[in-house]
Amino acid sequence: MKPAPFEYHLPTSLDETVEMLSKFSGDDGRILAGGQSLVPIMAFRLAHPNHLIDINNVVEFNKVDVENGALFIGATARHARFHTPVCKGILGNLLTSVVQHIAHYPIRQRGTFCGSIAHADPASEWCLVATTLEANMLAKSISSERKIDAADFFETIMTTSLAEDELLCGVQIPLLHDETKFGFEEFSRRAGDFGIVMALVAYREEGGVIVDPRIGVGGAEDRPRRIIEAENTLKREVPSDDVFRAAAEAAAAAIDPMEDHATNAQYRRDLTSALVRRALERAAS
Amino acid sequence: MTEQKNINFKINGKEYKIAVDPRWTLADVIRDHCGQTGTHLGCEHGVCGACTILLNGTPIRSCLMFGIQADGAEIRTVEGLADKESYHPLQKAFMEHHALQCGYCTPGFLMLAVGILEAQPNISDDELNDVLSSNLCRCTGYVNIIKAVRAAREEMKTT
Repeated sequence: MKPAPFEYHLPTSLDETVEMLSKFSGDDGRILAGGQSLVPIMAFRLAHPNHLIDINNVVEFNKVDVENGALFIGATARHARFHTPVCKGILGNLLTSVVQHIAHYPIRQRGTFCGSIAHADPASEWCLVATTLEANMLAKSISSERKIDAADFFETIMTTSLAEDELLCGVQIPLLHDETKFGFEEFSRRAGDFGIVMALVAYREEGGVIVDPRIGVGGAEDRPRRIIEAENTLKREVPSDDVFRAAAEAAAAAIDPMEDHATNAQYRRDLTSALVRRALERAAS
Repeated sequence: MTEQKNINFKINGKEYKIAVDPRWTLADVIRDHCGQTGTHLGCEHGVCGACTILLNGTPIRSCLMFGIQADGAEIRTVEGLADKESYHPLQKAFMEHHALQCGYCTPGFLMLAVGILEAQPNISDDELNDVLSSNLCRCTGYVNIIKAVRAAREEMKTT
């Protein structure tokens, strides 16, 4: 239950961080942000990196800002920052309603938004938010800088398209239209435990019918995903119980659920159907 | 072997200057290298909350950060709650409401509760329940812990 030895590095700027990452990533060097997932994994010796690059002293990473129609979330912005809305409008409220589902209060004081994204646990609430709201991940290495669409970022369980020498230096989430309705629902067995399935939905109404529907499901598959088949059942429909049920059933039918020692695929399908329906009802209410 | 590094920090106002291995968790540094054994270790992977301390005023799991990261920090542990004359209102409330049996989880619960009551003196019952769900207690069934923290919330407002 004690982490294996490693060398500790403490950069103070973005440039220094990517330089260190380029130097040490080939020798199993990792970024340490909040550490709320990495440290337990190290305690179990499931990970034993040779180098940890602690980015908590890089002042420029501790930034949450609205710029160019999107919310920018820097590499060390902690979950607790979202306990109250970080920006005006619907997006700030949405993030505040989601953050309460992430682990527990003391964990949220240390864990970071970008750390969750880079860790890519299929049961991560922030990964589901990033996918459903079409976030862009900003990746930087010593020689390159690129934006990665959420749809191309999450590859499978705890695996992303980041190269080993690339740092996730921030995430951009497009601001939401003022009339967007949203709902988030999650099922877990204990308060603060990993969600087994979670659903995030958002849509607007124009002339009484649904436009721009989004239905994202997390925890059910090996990565969070928008369920296009379910979104299509909502398009141009008048919101109603029947329409929501049809979308929920379409989502449950479209997923390829994970199984584990405690749950089978059918259980995750049933949860998906129930949670998508509840999230749509919450959005409508 | 990795190199030890010198760090400075305060525990309950007292300055410590020590050399640490990077791999030592903050909990181990506090207990084994500063001799402050009031902070308990239960699961050592962030689930139980027995090791909760205040880092610059905020409750965190001391098993989920490395001691080396606490360089320059102000740490508060259960040893710092009582003063020479009397117990802290939370400690009194835990005794009055029988909020512990074996006592193993108690230091973590006390530091969690002190942190939240100092940050949000008017916290609602519902929010308090949510915060207290962070830590595990296998003896009390939580009811008496909740009673004690609610009582301390009122007491701390008047002192």
